[in-house]
Amino acid sequence: MSYGPMHRKEDARFIRGRGNYTDDVRLPGMLYGAILRSPHAHARIVSVDTSAAEAHPKVRAVITGQTLAGLNLAWMPTLSQDTQAVLATDKVRFQGQEVAFVVAEDAYSARDALELIDVEYEPLDAVIDARNALDPGAPVIRDDLEGRTGNHIFDWEAGDRARTDALFEQAEVTVAQDMIYPRVHPAPLETCGALADFDKVTGKLTVWCPTQAPHAHRTLYAMVAGLPEHKIRVISPDIGGGFGGKVGIYPGYVCAIVGSIVTGKPVKWMEDRSENLMSTAFARDYHMRGEVAATRDGRIQAIRVKVLADHGAFNGTAQPTKFPAGFFHVFSGSYDIEAAHCEVTGVYTNKAPGGVAYACSFRVTEAVYLVERMVDVLAAELGLDPAELRMRNLLKPEQFPYTSPTGWEYDSGDYPKALRLAMDMAGYDKLRAEQADKRARGELMGIGVSFFTEAVGAGPRKHMDILGLGMADGAELRVHPTGKAVLRVSCQSQGQGHETTFAQIVGQELGIPADDVEVVHGDTDQTPFGLGTYGSRSTPVSGAAAALVSRKVRDRAKIVAAAMLEASPDDLEWADGKWSVVGDPSAGRSMAEIALAAHSNLELPDGVEGHLDAVTVYNPPNLTYPFGAYICVVDVDPGTGQVKVRRFVAVDDCGVRINPMIVEGQIHGGLADGVGMALMQVMAFDEDGNHLGASFMDYLLPTAMECPSWELGATVTPSPTHPIGAKGVGESATVGSPAAVVNAVVDALGPYGVRHADMPLTPANVWRVVNGDPFRTDLAIP
Amino acid sequence: MRITVTVNGQPYTRDVEPRLLLVHFLRDELDLTGTHWGCDTSNCGVCTVQLDGVPVKSCTVLAVMADGHEVTTVEGLERDGELDAVQKGFVECHGLQCGFCTPGMLLTARWLLDRNPDPDEGQIREAISGQLCRCTGYENIVRSIRWAAEAGR
Ligand code: FES
Ligand code: FES
Repeated sequence: MSYGPMHRKEDARFIRGRGNYTDDVRLPGMLYGAILRSPHAHARIVSVDTSAAEAHPKVRAVITGQTLAGLNLAWMPTLSQDTQAVLATDKVRFQGQEVAFVVAEDAYSARDALELIDVEYEPLDAVIDARNALDPGAPVIRDDLEGRTGNHIFDWEAGDRARTDALFEQAEVTVAQDMIYPRVHPAPLETCGALADFDKVTGKLTVWCPTQAPHAHRTLYAMVAGLPEHKIRVISPDIGGGFGGKVGIYPGYVCAIVGSIVTGKPVKWMEDRSENLMSTAFARDYHMRGEVAATRDGRIQAIRVKVLADHGAFNGTAQPTKFPAGFFHVFSGSYDIEAAHCEVTGVYTNKAPGGVAYACSFRVTEAVYLVERMVDVLAAELGLDPAELRMRNLLKPEQFPYTSPTGWEYDSGDYPKALRLAMDMAGYDKLRAEQADKRARGELMGIGVSFFTEAVGAGPRKHMDILGLGMADGAELRVHPTGKAVLRVSCQSQGQGHETTFAQIVGQELGIPADDVEVVHGDTDQTPFGLGTYGSRSTPVSGAAAALVSRKVRDRAKIVAAAMLEASPDDLEWADGKWSVVGDPSAGRSMAEIALAAHSNLELPDGVEGHLDAVTVYNPPNLTYPFGAYICVVDVDPGTGQVKVRRFVAVDDCGVRINPMIVEGQIHGGLADGVGMALMQVMAFDEDGNHLGASFMDYLLPTAMECPSWELGATVTPSPTHPIGAKGVGESATVGSPAAVVNAVVDALGPYGVRHADMPLTPANVWRVVNGDPFRTDLAIP
Repeated sequence: MRITVTVNGQPYTRDVEPRLLLVHFLRDELDLTGTHWGCDTSNCGVCTVQLDGVPVKSCTVLAVMADGHEVTTVEGLERDGELDAVQKGFVECHGLQCGFCTPGMLLTARWLLDRNPDPDEGQIREAISGQLCRCTGYENIVRSIRWAAEAGR
C-alpha cells in the first residue's frame, strides 16, 4: 500500500539472467536475417546481383528492393507523414541504408551471404552539412517525391514575431549566439531487432520486437501491409533500454516479417552495433541562432531563435503531427519573458533519418539547451552572476498556471525554491570563492547552472497524434475473487519499472498491497490500446489511467460494500483502505472482502453487475511540467584539455513521487546522458558522408569513471491536472543537464574570453581554446 | 571442433565452428541467455562472464578457447536457492533498470569482492569501468556493490 521506495518486482528475473529480451526468444525452425547496407551516402543503384548469395547452401531467401516493390512494400510511411525506403530500389540516401535482406539457417551464414551480394553503385554528390542543403546547386536527395526540386522539408514558426521584434528594437541590451546541438544517438545497450512469425494456416502474424509503442506498431503494420489488425500480435518483451530509439518501425522489422511470409518460418533479425548507430533514430542535429533582449539590470524581455533542423534522408521524426519541430517552442523556458518567436526550417541531408529520440521530450532538450546557454551568454555580457540572473527572471509561484508566450500552459511550480535548494546543496557562494582563488593561481574551475521546465505526458489527443492516432491511453483493471488484481496497460517499460510503480498506484487506490497487483504490458493481444512509452508519458498518461480505472473499481466496490453492510452507498466513506458507514470505521469492508462478495451469491442492487473490474481511457487535459535546477562543477586541465566533472547537484520537482527510489534512478541515468553528450558523444561525418561514430570505439559513452557521484535534491509541487499529482520524470535530467555541463566548462574557460562552445567538449576541443584557437563550431572531426 | 566447457559447474561437450564466439556458444548452444551481446568492438561489457574466475568479455573469446576451462555466467551466481550478495545488493540499491548490463556487472562485482572484500567507491568505479550502463548513471551500481561488500563482512 501507498507510495514510497519499494524494491522492484522486475528485478527477480533480471538479477538471475532470466530477463526475456527479443534476442532471447527462440522458436522451432527459426531462421536468421541479415541486412546488406549501403557503403555510400548517396548513390544510384545500377544493379543488384543476388545469385551467388542465393546459391549459398544455408541461404533460404534473398529479398531486395525489387522483391518488395512487387509486394508494394519497398517504401513505408514514416511517423512524420513522409516515406522511407524499406530496401532501396532507386538510390541509396545515407551510409548504412538497407539494400538487401538475407534469410539463412543460422546467423553466421546470413552474414556470410551478405558478402556474396554484388551491388553496383554510381556514387552521387552528397549533402552532409545541413547548412548546404538549400544551396541552389545542391543535389536533390528525394527525387523519388513528386515535383521535389530541393531539400527543403518544412518551415514552421511559433510565437509573436512583431511583438518580439519590437522589444528587440527598443532593448537596452541584446545578445546573439550561434550554437549547434549536435547529432547524437541514444545507443541503448540492446540493439534493435525483431522476430516475426507468420502462421499461414491461421493467418496470424506475431512479432516480437523491443518497441516502446507496441499498439502503434500493430496498427501501422495493419495499415501498411494490409494485414487485418486482429491477426497481428506485437509482443514487446523485456527491452534493454530504449530512450526514444525504439519508437519507430525500422526497415529490418518489415524485412523480418516479409522473410517469415516468404519462407513460412519464423525469422529473427538482430542488428549489430554499427548498424544500430548508423541507421536507427539519431537525435537532435539542430543548428540554432538564439537572441535575447534585456534591460541593463538583467530583466529578460524577449527571446527569438532561428533553427536549421537536419532531418536526414527521410523525415522520420516521431512526434505529434501538428508540431514538426516537436515541442521546441517551449524555448522561453522557466522565465517570465514578454515575447518569444521561433522559426524552424527542416531539411533533408544524406544521413540517417530520425531526430526525435534520446530522452528529448519531443525536443524540449534542444529548447532548454538554447535558453540556458543564452542566459549564460547574457550574464557574461551584463557581468552578472548566472544564478543571480536566473533568480531575477524565474517565474514566480503565484504566476501558475502560467501561459507562455508561445502558448504553453505550465501547470504548477515553485522555481525559486528549487534553485535556492540547489544553490544551498552545492554551497554556491563557497564554490565561487574557491573558483576565484583558483583563478588567481591559474587553475581552471567552472560552475555551471541550468534551470529547466519540461513538457511531458502527451496528449491531449485533440492536439497530439501520430499518423492520426491520438495520444490517449487505455487501462483495464480486474480484481480477482480473493482481492488480488491484474492491471493491463498499453505503455511499455524499457527499464522504468512500470511493473512496480503501476502496482503501487493501484495498491494505493484500492487499499491493497502493491505485491497483490500484477501489471501486464507489452503484448497487444493482452492490453488495451495506447500510444506507448516515450516523451516521459507513462506516469502522466498511463499512470493516470491506472489511478482512474482503480477509482472506477473502487466506486463499484462501494455499491457492493453497501449491499454487504445493508446501507445506502451514500452513507459510505472510503477510509483506511476500506468502505465503511460514516462514523463506524470498525465495520468497514476491505477490497478483498468486497471482491469475494462481488463474485458470490450476494444480492446486488438492480442494474449492478457482479464481479469487480473496469476499463478506462485517459485523455490528458494538458501536459505536465516537471522542472529542476542543476549545478555542475568542473575542473579543466589546461595541459590536456580534459574536463573532470567534480560535482553535480540536481534538484528535481516531478510532482508527487510514487516510488522515489525509481525516480532517483531515472534522474541518475539522465545526468550521465548529459555528461556524455556535453563531453563525449557525437555522431560525426566526413564530407563524403562516412559515419565517423559507427562503433563504441568512436561513439564514446560515459563510464563510471566519467560520472561523479550525483547529489540529488527534491521539491514537490503536485500537478493540478494529474489525478495523483504526478509529473513525468524519465527525461528531465537528459533535458536539463547538458546545459549545466557546458555552462560549467564555458565558465571555466572564461579567462580565455570564451562565451560559448559547442558540444562535445572533448579534450582536443578544449585544448585548442586553451592554446589560443577559437572553438570549432562545425562538427567534422579533424 | 569438439570442445568441452564447464559452465556453472557442469561440463558441456559440443561440436562448434572454430569462429563461434563464446557469447554465442553460451546463448545459442547452451541456451544461457542471461549473457547478453551489445557491441562489435569489446566496449560495452554486457557479455561479461568469468573464465576461470576472471571476468572476460565473452564476445572477444572464441568458444574453442574456453575448451577445458570453467565459465561462470549470471545463471551460476545463485547457489542452492540462495542469491549471491551482489544480486541482493542490486535489488536493495536499485542497481538495475532495464537489466541488460546487469549480468555482466554482477560477475565483475563478484570478482572484485573476491579479491577485495572492502573496495571503496573509486575501486568499484575502476572495476566496472570496462562496462557500460545506459540507465543508472552508475550511482546505484556502485552503491549496490558497496552494499554487497558490507553484507559480506
Ligand atoms: S558485446 Fe560489447 S563488449 Fe562484448
Ligand atoms: S540497467 Fe540498463 S543498461 Fe544498465
